[in-house]
Amino acid sequence: MSDNSSNRIVIPLGPQHPALKEPGSFTLTLEGEKVVNAVIGIGYNHRGLEKALESRTYIQNLYMIERICGICSHTHSVAYCQAIEEMCGVEIPMRAKYIRVIIAELERLHSHLLWLGVAAHEIGFDTLFMYAWRDREMVLDMLAELCGNRVNYGINTLGGVRRDIDDNDAHEIKKILRVLHNQISYYLELATNEPTLIARLADVGKLNHDDALKFGAVGPVARAAGIANDVRKIEPYAAYDEVPVNVITDDHGDVLGRTLVRVKEMLESISIIRYCLDNLPAGEILAKVPRKVPAGEMISRTEAPRGENIHYINSDGSDIPYRIRVRAPSEANWHGMKHMLEGSFLADVPIAIAAIDPCYSCTDRAIFVNSDNGESRLYDWKGLREYSIKWHRDRGLNIADIQIPMAKNYIQIQRKTND
Amino acid sequence: MGIFKKLVSWGQKKSPWIIHFNAGACNGCDIEFIDSLTPKYDIERIGILQHGSPRHADILICTGAVTLQTRDRLIQIYEQMASPKYVIAVGTCACTGGIFNGCYCVMGGIDTTIPVDVYLPGCAVRPEAVIDAIDKLLNSNDKDKTKKKAKSDKQKEVSEESNEEKSDEQ
Repeated sequence: MSDNSSNRIVIPLGPQHPALKEPGSFTLTLEGEKVVNAVIGIGYNHRGLEKALESRTYIQNLYMIERICGICSHTHSVAYCQAIEEMCGVEIPMRAKYIRVIIAELERLHSHLLWLGVAAHEIGFDTLFMYAWRDREMVLDMLAELCGNRVNYGINTLGGVRRDIDDNDAHEIKKILRVLHNQISYYLELATNEPTLIARLADVGKLNHDDALKFGAVGPVARAAGIANDVRKIEPYAAYDEVPVNVITDDHGDVLGRTLVRVKEMLESISIIRYCLDNLPAGEILAKVPRKVPAGEMISRTEAPRGENIHYINSDGSDIPYRIRVRAPSEANWHGMKHMLEGSFLADVPIAIAAIDPCYSCTDRAIFVNSDNGESRLYDWKGLREYSIKWHRDRGLNIADIQIPMAKNYIQIQRKTND
Repeated sequence: MGIFKKLVSWGQKKSPWIIHFNAGACNGCDIEFIDSLTPKYDIERIGILQHGSPRHADILICTGAVTLQTRDRLIQIYEQMASPKYVIAVGTCACTGGIFNGCYCVMGGIDTTIPVDVYLPGCAVRPEAVIDAIDKLLNSNDKDKTKKKAKSDKQKEVSEESNEEKSDEQ
């Protein structure tokens, strides 16, 4: 796999990853340790979902549309439902809108905590990975309490939501949010003050303001580059026009910026949920929607944890949609990936890829051929991750040195809330 | 069962290494599987270790309906695993194709491509179910024991029945 004349090495990565999520493949061309070219291959998970949606009724599609992605299923079903409600000219009850916002923000919390864990794992900070995923369980417990399911909540239906939130639920959620708030504040402190972490994340996977605009980046990737692009603010849907939303931006434009944006967004999500629970309007949760949708077309946008999510629905007047198109946020962020990888070190590839929070994937094995002595090695994603951790350790950045003194605090906090 | 086979199955029960592959899932089952590795469920505490390379793994945890693109890769991974090897199909999609059955680029369940030992339905499966599936798989290894257990259970039932009969007579 090596080309002796130009001393370039080609590394194929993918498409199977031992630890996380979906398959995708990367072909990296190296010059020394620098990546000079990256080719991204996606589509391993293509299931023909849009075609399947066209052969089912609008009600059946509710369940199908949630299975686009198990992590951000709610945002897809919100986008779908509100497009159809608008086409039918139905105004859904305010209480249903608030409940949609609460679930959407809980989803953002669990998705960002998941990302924090994955990113920490990629840089070799496994303690934080375990802490973040432990805290994520609290969010999943809340979602299970409210919706009956930990993943694919099934709370949305055409015309509103299917389950109500009572005072008891609200009280329990607020109790858990207190613990969560303390934990996330600690992560923010860690990301802003810990010199090892900052040195490891700064200037990795750079995407500056102009490039982010050029490649059409969305979500935390765009906001970390200083673009205040948040659908919740620029085109409020559900109850976001009544709920105070602060758009978090950062001007780092690198992985550190994306970390800060995501952690701050989690705190913001908590305050949105609190506001919604305190100001939950009384009334119905469901409005009647006709089974047949009038002919026409509609575009609906929502802010998924990963960025702007766009649904296009075209109806021919029957009970089956003529065409549905889904533009998921990761799709927009892939375009800048090539730019982010080129010019970076091989050791920074895992975290740079993880930092856009792709519905991503990984690697079967990569062949590393040293062209000088013809020695060849086999890398899988795990091997590359270990290489990357070792590479940085040799340069004096040891993530394992970071002390996390919070296990004791955590137990105390839990005890307090139990009382 | 020869003594060597007995030894192997005894050894495998202690600490199986697992590998995870997403053959076209929605991520729900994958995340729930990863959840079972993290502190709340923590399958590592019972000796189950997640491993990256198929060559080191005993159990393939496979999620999602098989898409045309991942099909060859799935077969490759299965073939790279050393015998004895087991496959757990995690999630409804992995068992039968689920709601994706009939889509133009979906083969169907995992068993359309490779042999499956344990079917674990659910959308999405819960981490407890994953632990239970692995536990059931490991215990099914010990066929002699289960046979014996079935025998003793039968005997118990018989004796209980006879006891009941006796008590009825009394």
